[in-house]
Amino acid sequence: MIDLSIDCGGIKSPNPFWLASAPPSNSAYQNCKAFEQGWGGTVWKTIGEPVMNVCNRYGSIDYNGQKIAGLNNIELISDRPIEINMKEIAETKKLWPDRAVVVSLMVESKKESWHDIVKRTIDTGADGIELNYGCPHGMSERGMGSAVGQVPEYCKMITEWVTEISTIPVLVKLTPNVSNIVMPARAAKAAKASGISLINTINSIMGIDLNTLKIKPSVAGKSSHGGFAGPAVKPIALHMVSQVALDKEVKLPISGIGGISNWQDALEFILLGASSVQVCTAVMHYGFRIVKDMIEGLTFWMEEKGFHSLDEVRGKALPQIDDFGNFNLLHKTVARIDQAKCIHCNLCYIACEDGAHQCIDLIPENGHTKTIVRESDCVGCDLCSIVCPVEGCISMVRLDDGKEQKTWNELTNDFKNEGKELTWENLGEFQKKYGIVIH
Amino acid sequence: MNNLAAKLSPEQYENNFAEIHPPFSHNSAVAEANRCLYCYDSPCTKACPTHIDIPAFIKKIASGNLLGSAKTILESNWSALTCAKACPVQVLCEGACVYNDKEEPAIQIGRLQRFAIDNYFKSGMPKLFSPKEKNGKSVGVIGSGPAGLACAAELSLLGYKVTIYEANKIPGGLNTWGIAPYKTRQADSLKEVELVKSFGVEIKTEILVGKTISFEKLSKTHDAVFIGIGLGESTNLKIPGEELNGVVNAIDFIEEVKKEKWDSVKVGKRVAVIGAGNTSIDAATESKRLGADEVMILYRRSREEMSAYDFEFELAKNDGVIFHFLTAPKRIIGNSSVEGIECTKMKLGEPDEKGKRKPIEIPGSEFVMPVDMVIKAIGQSAKTKFLNSITGLQVENGRVVVNPDNYQTGNEKVFAGGDCINGGKEVVNAAYDGKMAAHGIDGYLNKTAL
Ligand SMILES: Cc1cc2nc3c(=O)[nH]c(=O)nc-3n(C[C@H](O)[C@H](O)[C@H](O)COP(=O)(O)OP(=O)(O)OC[C@H]3O[C@@H](n4cnc5c(N)ncnc54)[C@H](O)[C@@H]3O)c2cc1C
Ligand SMILES: Cc1cc2nc3c(=O)[nH]c(=O)nc-3n(C[C@H](O)[C@H](O)[C@H](O)COP(=O)(O)O)c2cc1C
Repeated sequence: MIDLSIDCGGIKSPNPFWLASAPPSNSAYQNCKAFEQGWGGTVWKTIGEPVMNVCNRYGSIDYNGQKIAGLNNIELISDRPIEINMKEIAETKKLWPDRAVVVSLMVESKKESWHDIVKRTIDTGADGIELNYGCPHGMSERGMGSAVGQVPEYCKMITEWVTEISTIPVLVKLTPNVSNIVMPARAAKAAKASGISLINTINSIMGIDLNTLKIKPSVAGKSSHGGFAGPAVKPIALHMVSQVALDKEVKLPISGIGGISNWQDALEFILLGASSVQVCTAVMHYGFRIVKDMIEGLTFWMEEKGFHSLDEVRGKALPQIDDFGNFNLLHKTVARIDQAKCIHCNLCYIACEDGAHQCIDLIPENGHTKTIVRESDCVGCDLCSIVCPVEGCISMVRLDDGKEQKTWNELTNDFKNEGKELTWENLGEFQKKYGIVIH
Repeated sequence: MNNLAAKLSPEQYENNFAEIHPPFSHNSAVAEANRCLYCYDSPCTKACPTHIDIPAFIKKIASGNLLGSAKTILESNWSALTCAKACPVQVLCEGACVYNDKEEPAIQIGRLQRFAIDNYFKSGMPKLFSPKEKNGKSVGVIGSGPAGLACAAELSLLGYKVTIYEANKIPGGLNTWGIAPYKTRQADSLKEVELVKSFGVEIKTEILVGKTISFEKLSKTHDAVFIGIGLGESTNLKIPGEELNGVVNAIDFIEEVKKEKWDSVKVGKRVAVIGAGNTSIDAATESKRLGADEVMILYRRSREEMSAYDFEFELAKNDGVIFHFLTAPKRIIGNSSVEGIECTKMKLGEPDEKGKRKPIEIPGSEFVMPVDMVIKAIGQSAKTKFLNSITGLQVENGRVVVNPDNYQTGNEKVFAGGDCINGGKEVVNAAYDGKMAAHGIDGYLNKTAL
């Protein structure tokens, strides 16, 4: 039997899939519908200070015919009063005792305000609290959201106001709009948070309509930076999750967010250390039903790979993450083109010729051109195989046997021991010894 | 037969019967899957008689959950491979695809379904369904076509002990013996049979119910019976010369072709196929692909009334089949073997009560065409004799009458589905009937148990 249940900082759910705090988790109607379809948990749309939204709120980037490669928004926190939200949260939790109901909060930076809303949240029977330090627009100008997330001291202070009275787990949701994501995470840890959620949306301008010159989204001719989310942000989110997961000080459970559309995306977050994952944009695009494939796909994958619980999977890819200085300089790969599969588009040639290291020759043959890698010159960068449109046509073949190793750190250390300076000449000598030719 | 078509080389036969819809590569399947808009409450799902959740299975191909994709398909349709390759998708799911309204090519749903199901069989049919514990009741299923198989599969998952009785030596019904080899091969159909057997269904072959064993006796050994016997013989033309050597019925001819021993099928140099339904098209294209020089289809009405699908018509024309509309056979000419066919020209009269315009002979328009073979394909008759022998069963216009809600016949213990209740539709309809009848049987047996 495959067990998908998780515990994220004391918040338990039957599977790792949660709705992110956003429009899909706005109401009892939506959250209950999501639970019916199988979602393991929800982070209720952020509630707190009185706000009013504008129209339009969203801008989107389409990529080569695919809608919503990325979505940005200038929406605020819940525009429904606290009372209504609290009542619906209590009702939802009562109906769905086995699912995680986490409540996202954001109030002005006053201790009393935070104490008040935390107590009211606990009274609903919710399983946890998430502190929204992420909203990059509208709220930050009022000293909330990312205005807090960007200053570790504020982050620590407010988190302490919450954790000092909360009897339920507290997750801190981070904004990615910082230079080092680890700092606010450490602040949360210092303030006794139970876990870290990341990422919230990224500051962005979606584009400009070239006929009207209006920036998207446009509010009667005015616009502003909005928060970027959706498939396009996943690589950034994955990196930030790994940073927090690897930090020796933070050591807190993680709820991974950012660009998750299917089980494979979710699994990548889990492999980098996430306990639960949260989804917003994909649900805004396709609805709650996507969770069925998420649960099933993850289950089948675990069965196939012989895993039984997510504890065996979590963080499994993390040990690979290392400093550049520890990479083996003698690891050697070259590109090989399977001529039988080649369709003669010559994209690998032009990419290598103009965009990389000029290691592919274009040779006329039978009315078309044949692309051949000059292996002695190939630096193994992978660009040709990345641009190749044919599955399995260009592969990167390993030439070294892995027995010999010299990392940058070792090399520069050797230099130091031998009393050599790091000069192009000395480096050239090393390269020559191992037959590494850079042209 | 007087003039047999020249034999072809093995390569030529294989070429001629090669698949008309080749499989997707992995890359192209994923690209096509990502093109799917993942509509909600989607028109394609509604257009599919078995209501496969098409966007869901396609999304699973996109996400790399191929096993889940197969599961979604099979949950609705136990003839998933045959349907993927042989369904008239143009008039069903793909015809309903929203891309048609955007004037962009519809998603290739059939080929995507095939991609998922091929993968499922290739990976050795991993277990996706667990039969419920046996409930002590047994159901007899007559016929192992798509209707019988679906009924048996569904019932055994519900906990019934199911035995299929099949007259033929090789099971699968027309999926095995009828569908044009350039769409599906016997091996495809037999994979579906294996899947159903894996749920514990027993298939007793070479048992012709009504002859090898009486219906009465069979009925007594089971708590309920499902009839999925399809249709019978091709209808006779009722014209002189029908007994001549070289006159064959379409179903028998097609069955010979399905054996995939191409060079042992007897086919004339010049072939006339009578009738213009989908079976006529198959008989004509198969004759052509077996090497006949000249194949024509004779139909007494015009193209408009022809029941064959447009894409089948196009296929036949591309194969070089010649259509003679408003042409009715009067007499088959020959000594002992067919030498020619005498026809008259027709014109269309007023629409009859069903709205179909009646063909009227044009006096004096008789003409003779030299042919070596005549294939009768004006329809199949029902197995009325067998059906009428069953107490309580009502047969109207050659169709077994059932309650549309639960597929129960006039005999409360007997249920029916597939071609024998609809007069001959598609595999997908039979698959749906069988599945729904299983739930009808389950409802009936649960009620009687109370
Ligand atoms: C030539 C031809 C081509 C076709 N091509 C297509 C196509 O491309 N796509 C498509 O969707 N549909 C096609 N169809 C239609 C499709 O094959 C049928 O609609 C479908 O097979 C009907 O399924 P069934 O289970 O009702 O009957 P069948 O498939 O006819 O199966 C009935 C089974 O019952 C057995 N049986 C009959 N009587 C008895 C008895 N007394 N005792 C025991 N066993 C018995 C028979 O041997 C047979 O195996 C085609 C039909 C024909 C004739
Ligand atoms: C329209 C919209 C509104 C959002 N509102 C909130 C919010 O109220 N509170 C919050 O913490 N995050 C909010 N977010 C951010 C999401 O919870 C999530 O962190 C982000 O969208 C990244 O996930 P995704 O790529 O799955 O969309 C919002 C996102 C969107 C698109």
